[in-house]
Amino acid sequence: MSDSAAAHAHHFDDIEQQHEASWLGMWVFLATEVMFFGGMFLGYTLYRSAYPQAFAGASNHLDIWLGTVNTAVLICSSFTMALAVRAAQLGQRKPVIIFLLLTIVLGTVFLGIKFTEYYAKFAEHLVPGRAFTYAGPAAAAQIFFSFYFAMTGMHALHMIIGIGLLASLIVKTGRGRFSAGYYTPVELVGLYWHFVDIVWIFLFPLLYLVGRHFG
Amino acid sequence: MNSRHIVSIRFYALVFGALVLLTLATAGVAFVDLGGELNTIAALTIALVKALLVILFFMHVWHSSRLTWVFAGAGFFWLLILLTLTLADPLTRDWLETAIK
Repeated sequence: MSDSAAAHAHHFDDIEQQHEASWLGMWVFLATEVMFFGGMFLGYTLYRSAYPQAFAGASNHLDIWLGTVNTAVLICSSFTMALAVRAAQLGQRKPVIIFLLLTIVLGTVFLGIKFTEYYAKFAEHLVPGRAFTYAGPAAAAQIFFSFYFAMTGMHALHMIIGIGLLASLIVKTGRGRFSAGYYTPVELVGLYWHFVDIVWIFLFPLLYLVGRHFG
Repeated sequence: MNSRHIVSIRFYALVFGALVLLTLATAGVAFVDLGGELNTIAALTIALVKALLVILFFMHVWHSSRLTWVFAGAGFFWLLILLTLTLADPLTRDWLETAIK
């Protein structure tokens, strides 16, 4: 149903019902994502309660300024994503494309900063494994950095997938596939993007801010 | 079903501003020693408020159907079960230490 924007599949009563089904389906998917990341947050909490001092010390090796800037960048990208969905609701094609592009740019900046941080951790031998060198409780610090790389890595993977989805939305918007009556994909990718933002909102304090008050 | 409610750019900008302020607040508060577990509690409270702002306004749950609230809440409710039941053991082991000794 390429151009028939307001058409709905035969198993739905109307376009509203079809939209509600897609919308709720996306929320079910996000619930599974909550559980997926939730498992890692649980593991983190268990080990942090076992080695609170080591986790605080290891956390201070992360760059809090880059972490804070990256949090702000990601929040900006959620803002532009919300504006893209708003423009889609109003059927404004050009603003949709501009805001989606801005979201991609901000998402890429986030990944760029993340890459810089990863690079620094490799240079400082803070990547768990044979080359890991650490002045202090090395075994517990390796656990912290394992969680750091696993959680931020899975988060970054979600960002990369999100950027791919945004790019496909730009192409589809350019081809005039969406209108004020049908913009479900824009809305659902928006939900996904905001969810990935929320994961980071919890990762930032739990990874970067644990031990700052110990100086 | 009312997820098609259109929110003003001004309102989105207000939510955005609040999120940025809370980010700065959480980074700033982290350097202050509040004593005990208060630093963690403050950090997680701010994160929770930020997450709620994103969920309710950027993700349009505020203006959505009751069913959406149930679906959105279900994931976090089950997460709460996962965390509470699992942590009920390791986080309370100390409580009985004196009695055992």
